[in-house]
Amino acid sequence: MQWGSASEFFAMGGYGVYVWTSYVVTALCLGWEVLALWRRRAAARAEHRAMLLGGADETAA
Amino acid sequence: MSTGINWAKYSSPQALYPLAGRLIPWFSVAAVALMGVGLYMGFFVAPTDFQQGESYRIIFVHVPAAWMSMFLYVVMAVWAGIGLGLNARPSFMMAQAIAPTGAMFTFLALLTGAMWGKPTWGAWWVWDARLTSELILLFQYAGVMLLRTSIDDVRRADRSSAVFALVGVVNVPIIYFSVQWWNTLHQGASVSMSTGSKMAATMLTAMLLMTLAFWMYSIAIILSRVRCIMAERESLPAWEEKPVTIQKIAEAR
Repeated sequence: MQWGSASEFFAMGGYGVYVWTSYVVTALCLGWEVLALWRRRAAARAEHRAMLLGGADETAA
Repeated sequence: MSTGINWAKYSSPQALYPLAGRLIPWFSVAAVALMGVGLYMGFFVAPTDFQQGESYRIIFVHVPAAWMSMFLYVVMAVWAGIGLGLNARPSFMMAQAIAPTGAMFTFLALLTGAMWGKPTWGAWWVWDARLTSELILLFQYAGVMLLRTSIDDVRRADRSSAVFALVGVVNVPIIYFSVQWWNTLHQGASVSMSTGSKMAATMLTAMLLMTLAFWMYSIAIILSRVRCIMAERESLPAWEEKPVTIQKIAEAR
């Protein structure tokens, strides 16, 4: 292990800004993609349920 | 001879939908586990680079993202080609499901590249062959997606974006070999199929683990996106709902 302390780890030998920006943005992108898909799935599901429930009205009309 | 697996069985959305659903948790768990081990190796086991110091640690996210950006484009083009050849809807849906994730990895490759370029070259961006061709790849992904959204008729949208994706595949070898064909500021390949690796073993292991993690992540994401696409395009299959729910819905009627 090459890190003497936590602050040394976060400093990344003076390159902390570049290294951590890379990793944080990557994490945000992956996290956002998962969340967006979750919501898309929920929306599709809600629409399908509404369709099942609303089916009777549609035939009546 | 029959292989014992009836592949035709899996080529319909009705079969693909539940199969994808069963596979997603496994790929998700593998992605998280591999990412954990890969990051640990990358930050705590791999040594400091003698030339670039700690800035090189961007490699563990930059190279896997760049590889995925090219690999996913090829996979998308293959599905698009199968879709065109066999006129198969699930193939077009797979191609459609891959594009956003491919675009995201292309963006990440460019961004992490800028983060690496600034401290090592003194510039966020240079117009060299590797960077420019990768930027074009981002525009290609955008083109594939925009073409789809700009055409209302789903079948025409499928075919048009598939043709666009197929034509654009010529850029992938250009990106890959750009560092050999042209004199680029971007460094050459550290890992090559012919000459092996020029990196320390622990660095290479960390990089390959992260690549594997991104593969697993991509498979999980793409399978869940293709399920969304199937649900939206063909209306969510009833078998998605538990029998109890269907009964409740029936009672509510």
